[in-house]
Amino acid sequence: MLTMRRNYSAAIKHILIILIGLAMLYPVLWLLASSFKPNQDIFTETGLWPHTFTFDNYRNGWKGFQGVTFARFFGNSALVSALAVLGNIVTCSLAAYAFARLEFRFKKVWFSLMLVTIMLPYHVTLVPQYIIFSELHWINTFYPLIVPKWLAHDSFFVLLMVQFIRGIPRELDESATIDGCNQRTLYFRIILPLLVPALITTAIFTFIWTWDDFFSQMIYLSDLKLFTVQLGIRALFDPSGSSDWGALLAISVLSLLPITIIFLAFQRYFLDGIATTGLK
Amino acid sequence: MRTSRRSLLQTHNRTAYAFLLPWLIGFFCLTLGPMLGSLYLSLTKYNLLSSPHWIGFDNYKTIFSDDSTFTHSLVLTFKYVLLSVPLRLIFALLVAMALNKGIRGLGLYRTVYYVPSLLGGSVAISIVWRQIFDSEGIVNKFLGWFGIAGPSWIAHPDYLLYPIVALSVWQFGSSMVIFLAGLKQIPADLYEASQVDGAGKIRQFFRITLPMLTPVLFFNLIMTIINSFQAFTPAYVLGDGRGGPLDASMFYTLYLYLKGFAYFDMGYASALAWIMLIIIAVLTGIVFATSRYWVFYGDGKEGR
Repeated sequence: MLTMRRNYSAAIKHILIILIGLAMLYPVLWLLASSFKPNQDIFTETGLWPHTFTFDNYRNGWKGFQGVTFARFFGNSALVSALAVLGNIVTCSLAAYAFARLEFRFKKVWFSLMLVTIMLPYHVTLVPQYIIFSELHWINTFYPLIVPKWLAHDSFFVLLMVQFIRGIPRELDESATIDGCNQRTLYFRIILPLLVPALITTAIFTFIWTWDDFFSQMIYLSDLKLFTVQLGIRALFDPSGSSDWGALLAISVLSLLPITIIFLAFQRYFLDGIATTGLK
Repeated sequence: MRTSRRSLLQTHNRTAYAFLLPWLIGFFCLTLGPMLGSLYLSLTKYNLLSSPHWIGFDNYKTIFSDDSTFTHSLVLTFKYVLLSVPLRLIFALLVAMALNKGIRGLGLYRTVYYVPSLLGGSVAISIVWRQIFDSEGIVNKFLGWFGIAGPSWIAHPDYLLYPIVALSVWQFGSSMVIFLAGLKQIPADLYEASQVDGAGKIRQFFRITLPMLTPVLFFNLIMTIINSFQAFTPAYVLGDGRGGPLDASMFYTLYLYLKGFAYFDMGYASALAWIMLIIIAVLTGIVFATSRYWVFYGDGKEGR
C-alpha cells in the first residue's frame, strides 16, 4: 500500500517535471517548427506541427543580403570562435600553471588581481579598449575579438584551471623532476595531459560565449563581409515588423545548431564544469 | 649554497614570469591600463575625433543632476535585477530540489532544463521572445484560456520589462545545476537524524537544506547580480535598439552603449561605466558584508 502510494506520488512528480520541461522548451520548439512553415502560416497556425512543410525559409534565409550569403557569416563566426578557443586554451593554461605550481615573487599580488578582474564589468574598460583597437586600425578586423583571448583576458578560465591543477597530486611533479623534467617540460608532459577535462570545459564555454557575443561583434564589426552570424540575424530582423519571418527563424535555428551540438556532445564536461566552478 | 639557491629562485622567477607573460600583457594592456584610461576619460569631453578635453567632474555633475535618462535607466535596471534575480534563484532551487532525491532520468531532465541557459543569450532567442510575448502570441493565448486579456507586452512601454525578466528567469538552468551540486553535498544522515527527532519536510527544508546550501546560494547570488546588471542583448533586441518604446528598454548598459557608440560621447560613457562599477562593487560589498549573518559554512567557522 505504502509503496503504491509512493509510486503514485513519484509518477505525479515526473509528470509535473515533464510538463514544466515542455513549457520550458516551448520557445525552442516553436522556433524549430515555425522555421518549416510557410510565411503566412507562422503567426496564424496555433499548433506546433507544420501543416505545409517547406524548406523555402532556409533557402531564402541562407541567401543573406546584398550578395553576401550566410555561408560567409557562419564562416566568420566559426573562424573567430575557433581562434578564441585556441587562444584561451593556450594562454590560460600557461598562466594557471604558473599560479598553481610555480613559486615567484609577487605571486599573491598577481593572483588576487586576477581574482578581482573576474568580477570586473567589461564596460569599465570598454571605451579605452575601443580607442586602443581603433588606434591600431583594428576596427573592422577580427583582432579585437581574438587577441584578448590570446592574452588570457578571461581570467575566469585561469581560475578554473588553477583549481584543477591544484587537484593533481604533487608526487607526480616530484617523480617527474627526479626523472629529469624541468618546469617547462613538467607543464607539457605532466600538467597539460592531465588538464584535458578542464581544457575541454574551457573550450566549450569559450566557444559558446564567443559565438553568442553580440555586443563586441556589433561594436567592432560594421563591414558586411566581416559580419558574424549574430550580426547577420540582427540585420535580417527589422524591429518595426516587416521582416521575412520565415527566413529569420530558419537562420536562427541554424545559428543555435553549433552550440546545441557541442552541448549535447560534451554534456558531461559541461554540466560538471558548471557545478564545480559556478560558471555563468 | 646560498648563492645557488638564489640563482635557482631567479630561474624560477624567470620561468614563472615567462608562463605568466600573456596574462600579464593582457592585464596591463586590456584591464589596468584601460581602467585608468576610462577614469581619465570620464573627466574629459571626448568624441574620438579630436583629443580629449579636460572638464573635471562635469560629466558626473551632469549625470547626477541633469540627466533624467540616467536616473530612469538606473531605476529600470534595478527593477530588473530585483525582479529577475530572486525569481531565478527560487525557481532554480525548487526545481533542483524536485530533481535531487534520486529521481530516475535525472540526466535527461537536467539537460532539458539547462537548454534555455545555453541558448538564451543569443539574438535568435530574443527574437523568438518577441513573438511569444506579442499581443497575439502564445502567452496571451494562454492567458486567454483563463479569461485574462493580456496586454501587448512588447509594444506597450509599461509592460516591456516583464518579458525581459521572463527571459532571464527562463534561464534558471545554470543556477539549478549549481544548486544540484550543492544539494548532493548535504549528508543524508542529517535528514535521518531530524526525521527521528520528528521534523517534517518543511522544517527540514528551513533547518537543514537552506542553511547547508547558503554558501552555494551566496555564490549564485553574487554572480547573478553582477551578470544581471550587465544585461544587454535582451534589452537591445526586445526593445527597438534605441531604448524605446519610450525608454522602456533603456537598460543601463544600453544607455552606456548609445552614449559611447551612437553619440560618440566617450567621456560621458566612461563616467557611466565608472558609476556602474561602483554600484556593482557596493552591491557585491553589501552581499559580502551581510553574508556573515546568513551564510553557514559547515566547517565550524561560522560566517568567517
